[in-house]
Amino acid sequence: MTHQRTLSFTLNGRPVTATARTHETILEVLQRDFGLFGARESCGQGLCGCCTLLVNGTAVSGCLYLAAFADGAELVTVEGLARGGTQHPIQCAFVEKSGFQCGFCTPGMILMTKELLGRHPRPTDEQIRHYLSGNLCRCATYPDIIESVRRAAELV
Amino acid sequence: MGSLDFARGREVGRSLGRLEAAAKVDGTVEYIHNLRLPGMLHGRIHRSSIPHGRIVRIDTSAALAVAGVHAVVTADDVARLVPDPYYGPAFHDQPILATGKVRHVGEPVAVVLADNPHAAEEAADLVAVEYEPLEAVFDEVAAAAPDAPVLHDELRPAGMFTDLKHLAGRRDTNVALDARLRSGDVEQAFAEAEHVFEHTFRTGKVMHAAFEPMVTVAEPHAAGGLTIHTASQSPSFVRSEISRLLGWPENRVRVRTAFLGGGFGAKLYIKLEAMAAVCALLARRPVRIALSMDEQFYTITKHGATVRIKTGVARDGRMTARQVETFWNGGAYADIGPRVTQKSGFSAAGPYDIEHVALDNYAVYTNEPPAGALRGFGISQLVWAYERQADVIARTLGIDPLEFRRRNALRNGRPHATGTVVVGMEVDAVLDRLAEAMAWDKPFDRGTGTIRRGRGIGIGVKACVSPTTSTAAVHIYGDGSCAVHCSTVDMGQGSDTTMAQIAAEVLGIPTTDVRVVHPDTDVTPYDMATLGSRSTFHMGNAVRRAAEDARAQIERMAPGATSFRDAMLARFAMQAGTVVGFGSYAPSYQKPDPETGLSANITPFWMLGGAGAEVEVDTETGRITVTKLVNVADVGRAINPASVERQLTGAAIMQLGFTLFEEMVFSDGQVLNASLADYKIPGFLDVPRELTGTFVEAPHPEGPFGAKGVGETGIFSPSPAIANALYDATGVMLYDMPLTPERVLRAIREAGGRPLEQA
Repeated sequence: MTHQRTLSFTLNGRPVTATARTHETILEVLQRDFGLFGARESCGQGLCGCCTLLVNGTAVSGCLYLAAFADGAELVTVEGLARGGTQHPIQCAFVEKSGFQCGFCTPGMILMTKELLGRHPRPTDEQIRHYLSGNLCRCATYPDIIESVRRAAELV
Repeated sequence: MGSLDFARGREVGRSLGRLEAAAKVDGTVEYIHNLRLPGMLHGRIHRSSIPHGRIVRIDTSAALAVAGVHAVVTADDVARLVPDPYYGPAFHDQPILATGKVRHVGEPVAVVLADNPHAAEEAADLVAVEYEPLEAVFDEVAAAAPDAPVLHDELRPAGMFTDLKHLAGRRDTNVALDARLRSGDVEQAFAEAEHVFEHTFRTGKVMHAAFEPMVTVAEPHAAGGLTIHTASQSPSFVRSEISRLLGWPENRVRVRTAFLGGGFGAKLYIKLEAMAAVCALLARRPVRIALSMDEQFYTITKHGATVRIKTGVARDGRMTARQVETFWNGGAYADIGPRVTQKSGFSAAGPYDIEHVALDNYAVYTNEPPAGALRGFGISQLVWAYERQADVIARTLGIDPLEFRRRNALRNGRPHATGTVVVGMEVDAVLDRLAEAMAWDKPFDRGTGTIRRGRGIGIGVKACVSPTTSTAAVHIYGDGSCAVHCSTVDMGQGSDTTMAQIAAEVLGIPTTDVRVVHPDTDVTPYDMATLGSRSTFHMGNAVRRAAEDARAQIERMAPGATSFRDAMLARFAMQAGTVVGFGSYAPSYQKPDPETGLSANITPFWMLGGAGAEVEVDTETGRITVTKLVNVADVGRAINPASVERQLTGAAIMQLGFTLFEEMVFSDGQVLNASLADYKIPGFLDVPRELTGTFVEAPHPEGPFGAKGVGETGIFSPSPAIANALYDATGVMLYDMPLTPERVLRAIREAGGRPLEQA
């Protein structure tokens, strides 16, 4: 037996509504109703960070986050970072330092960096490693990601 | 070497950023993972719960009763479309869905098609299969024995590789290929050797864990045809194999890919494509089959291997004879395993000049998930053995490990064990760079108390797979802009940018002005596959030739034009027309002799990778911390130096995971840790404090602008370097990967005469 409910939330700065079944995750709603694929499921257990999005400013694993919880919340995905066609400084830093290879984990890395820099504007390397330790990269582009985060701290 | 006449252009040799950088950081980059088609059904696989058994009955009634379920497809349905439903690159041994029996836990038995993934998942669990269990075998050595339970009634080589033909019709065996090499007389040489060293090394099974899990969307066309959108490293192969299975000409099957969220060899040949194609044709609707991370553990793995290695050494520390017997655990279906066995097997003498060599390699079927290619194609299993043993020899003889390798190095102009004279392989340069990066001649603090420090090196070689073909087209459009059409798949290694740099160099335009069209068999010409570090060399040559052809046509068409735009206007009088340059590359090759394995031309290029490691070992817990890791590769010439370095550090960290903790744990064929919760891969905290990826350049005479492949090179040697560092730190010798704290601690306690109780 599945129940549906209508949700209202803010998505990348715009008020939106969506209908979701109670067992659906926020990822399914973002993909189906809004065509947003930047938050993407990989491990399905909240361990790799590929599905990261910000809910009320805090990074969450979208693959485990039920859509119903988004009601009334403010959601930001990687697609919502750019302003008027201009990349967010964190995105600029990842481009400048080539902090990615296949790119599948990249949105998660960028959003986790946003949260990190919100709390620690001048992070040490240890803080970077610990803060991002829940985000995995199978291409193991870690050294360049760390460089990108350092650069982002300068640009933000 | 080094005298090659090439012009240093403006584009090749630059550390340019990726062409697709903006799309990767804003989340809009295209993966097949994102594809949704109107009317699409979601397929979910019901998998075997036992390792070996006959299928007595499949009951789909409960699954069909789930709301939203459209159909449940089994082998009987497949047979209506594909009477002979067996596929594979080396053997036609893998059924689209289990037919008559199952051969490993997790084998696909049925596919539920539903209008949403949740219904499909729920229903897949409700498919009820009754089995009559058969005896199973898991160990590669046991499975090769004459009395082992046999997985396949009869061996059916695919016909693509002529050296497998003699296996056709062979029965009562699990050995899918026995590949040998005989050079000189090892027995005589062992008898004359001053020292003979004999060891057995093992590596466990590990998994690619590409972050974009395998996904295929098959789309049938009313007019009779099929488009397969798939996260594949080998679109051309998918097209041939699907058309063969369906009995269609290749021109009715279109296969396209996008960027891949990682590949590492997992997405080669056929994986989900045949299953998705059959489901879509049966349902007459598009079907998406997308694996979860857990399911990937049951789909393809790296080969576990048992390597028995015996080496004879003369008084002066020169190796004179080597005999290696390797059993490759291929799992239930051959996939590309017999190629791993042969193509890597012949390299077991390493980058060493050893006169007498005898190598035997066995590709063995077992009741585990199939094993195939994983970044390095079997090389790292062999390097693990011969480079661990190298340190034992060096230590026993009192020779410095680096000096031991120098003394035995295989140099250009000398014959490799296969008989092929080596060209373009820079052993001395790699060892020199390694010595420098490791400060090898400086004193090293080995620590005291419970934390011991050590350092180690290793060096390994691979012969690039041969013979293979790449083709490419370079289009110049009416406005003078340019696109490269090639079927090389960018799975994160940066091939789009590399190919664009090569084309731009030839055409004399900026790399950023080149568009690279993604593989689409209706549009892009044939390529063997994106594998084995072959693309930069093979496709790079094809793209270079295609660009030269396009440029030559333009120059003939409009002599004196100063830009492509002017040339096109001069020829077509308006913004119109297309100039298509074509390029093809297939290296020369000589098949090895079937009896001796010898060949005068076994490979177009040798890949050489050295690694150095410094470790700290906690002797009370067995934990190893790698504090420094260096990868040195011989790359010919780096088309994009930063991209090369990134491949080398990435490979180092991936192999660090395989060395220290990654291992699929099995119980009766069941994977006990099939998820990233239980199968840990390296994260930020595992990255060594000092990590270096560096390369030496000596332009290869046949490489495009001197370049060789590099995607795998960084995988070869970190494992023995780390284990040799452990050996240096503690004197303990480990033979099996990974070097888990438990294994290390047990070995330390054993060596100290205080063994731990067995668990």
